[in-house]
Amino acid sequence: MIEVHELTKRYGETLAVDRLSFQVPQGVVTGFLGPNGAGKSTTMRMMLDLDRPTSGRVSIDGKAYHQLSEPLKYIGALLEAKAVHPGRTAYNHLLWLAQSNRIPRRRVDEMLDLVGLREVARRRSGGFSLGMGQRLGIAAALLGDPRILMFDEPVNGLDPEGILWIRNLMKSLAEEGRTVFVSSHLMSEMAVTADHLVVIGQGRLLANLSMNDFIDQNSHSFVQLRTPQPEALLDALAGAGMTATPKDDGAFEVVDGDPARIGDLARDHGIALHELSPQRASLEEAFLRMTADSVEYRTHGEDVHRTMPPAANGWGADWQRAQDRNRQKIKTKKES
Amino acid sequence: MAQPGAVLLSEWTKVKTVRSTWITLVVAFVVTVGLGALISAVSSSQFKNLSDTEKLTFDPTAVSFSGIILGQLAVIVFAVLVVGNEYSSGMIRATLAAVPQRTTLLVCKAAVVLAMVLPVSLLTSFTAFFLGQALLGSHRTTLGADHVLRAVLGMAVYMTLIALLSLGVSFMLRKPVLSLGLLMPFFFLISPILSAVPKVKAVAHYFPDTAGSQMVHVVSSTTVPFGPLEGFFICLAWVAAALLAGLLLLRGRDA
Repeated sequence: MIEVHELTKRYGETLAVDRLSFQVPQGVVTGFLGPNGAGKSTTMRMMLDLDRPTSGRVSIDGKAYHQLSEPLKYIGALLEAKAVHPGRTAYNHLLWLAQSNRIPRRRVDEMLDLVGLREVARRRSGGFSLGMGQRLGIAAALLGDPRILMFDEPVNGLDPEGILWIRNLMKSLAEEGRTVFVSSHLMSEMAVTADHLVVIGQGRLLANLSMNDFIDQNSHSFVQLRTPQPEALLDALAGAGMTATPKDDGAFEVVDGDPARIGDLARDHGIALHELSPQRASLEEAFLRMTADSVEYRTHGEDVHRTMPPAANGWGADWQRAQDRNRQKIKTKKES
Repeated sequence: MAQPGAVLLSEWTKVKTVRSTWITLVVAFVVTVGLGALISAVSSSQFKNLSDTEKLTFDPTAVSFSGIILGQLAVIVFAVLVVGNEYSSGMIRATLAAVPQRTTLLVCKAAVVLAMVLPVSLLTSFTAFFLGQALLGSHRTTLGADHVLRAVLGMAVYMTLIALLSLGVSFMLRKPVLSLGLLMPFFFLISPILSAVPKVKAVAHYFPDTAGSQMVHVVSSTTVPFGPLEGFFICLAWVAAALLAGLLLLRGRDA
């Protein structure tokens, strides 16, 4: 069990990680999600005792990382692709890692087989492609047969085949009962692999919930409408107790609206509709909205620890407001 | 705690599985022996042109070791790359994730550098000595003469200490370019130049190379105010300081 407690990292004036606390549930894939620069990699490096936290701590089964004897048998990590000496062969790279933690030498061959690098094991890794480097990194992470695995942006720069391979690998590792903690800046990637989500923005925790809860709370359906008589339509909708939110391009959205009912309503009022389409908000948008909020709360200096922004009512409007405010900020910056 | 034996074995594997190790150490041997032989041969043929004082203080052992001026640069490169390569490739993170006990790591790396450089240094110093003496003809000395064996062993110790000093500096500066940019000019240019400048040279005598090179002199220098044993300890103090500073920085900062 990994517990992150009030973890903080400050680089000069910049607060990269801000009192971050969460636990990584055992035996499932946990997605560690946040936009680029949110502090994901810094957090992961602090979890491995590579970077020193300004304050706070991380414990693995109750111990600090540096207290683990032979840590590769507890946690396997893939931090960056090709963190290998280009002149050393893949085999020798895994060999020194195995020796440092007294892992039997046969594991080196087994891992090279598993990741499909047996043919090139005796070649110097400097000539490896990104995908091959990533496979070597995964072989290194799995070397000690650890219960916990950490991957930092493992699919970055991989071809579709490589992405699929990593997805399936992570799922099968979790099925074996291992804890998988994987970072990404892509919601779509997490949606297909993760069972649990930890979302951060600007170093702060924004959400910590199961993937199912996230989908329930964020994947709202709405009806998109276009009409040449917007006032009449808005009145009619308001009369029926529905709220329509205008969008940038002149269309309107009715959250959780029933297309049949709206269509009938328009006909009863004699309003022409040019579009009536049921839609579903993507998880990607929900994620964007969540992290945009984090920017907003931060700049206003409020100490908001809301893990979820307000749902349903006016969520498009909320997103819109955030956008407008951002634009306003950019404008003010330019002027000053 | 990580097993020091396991870490030693792992570091040993790292060092012997890259080409730069073998290239730098072979270059150190070839340059030191080759340049020493050349200078020995020239000294032998030019001996009659030397002044009387120079003839009296002629140190055939030290002359056969003249190649170290260049040869030590290869030793420096070897030691710097042992650490610097890990930082430049990002591999240091894999290393520290596998061995988070940073003191153990530094001690094991130093032990591996010692184990690698000392045999090469012994081979280099004895080869340079015998080849140099053969080329010095009638001006030669023998291993049995006073202080000569001490000087030959001192030469091997000097090379090893320079390697460990460079390792410490490399742990401090991390990037190989920085470490080499500091060490190479220092040993090749700055120290020899400062040693020739009046007043400043009193300080320059305590630099690791000048102090350490007292170990290889059979005929004591007239300008340096201390002997070979003191020279050894001054050099050792530099090594200890560099490794300690490297350790403190390694322990304190982000990888």
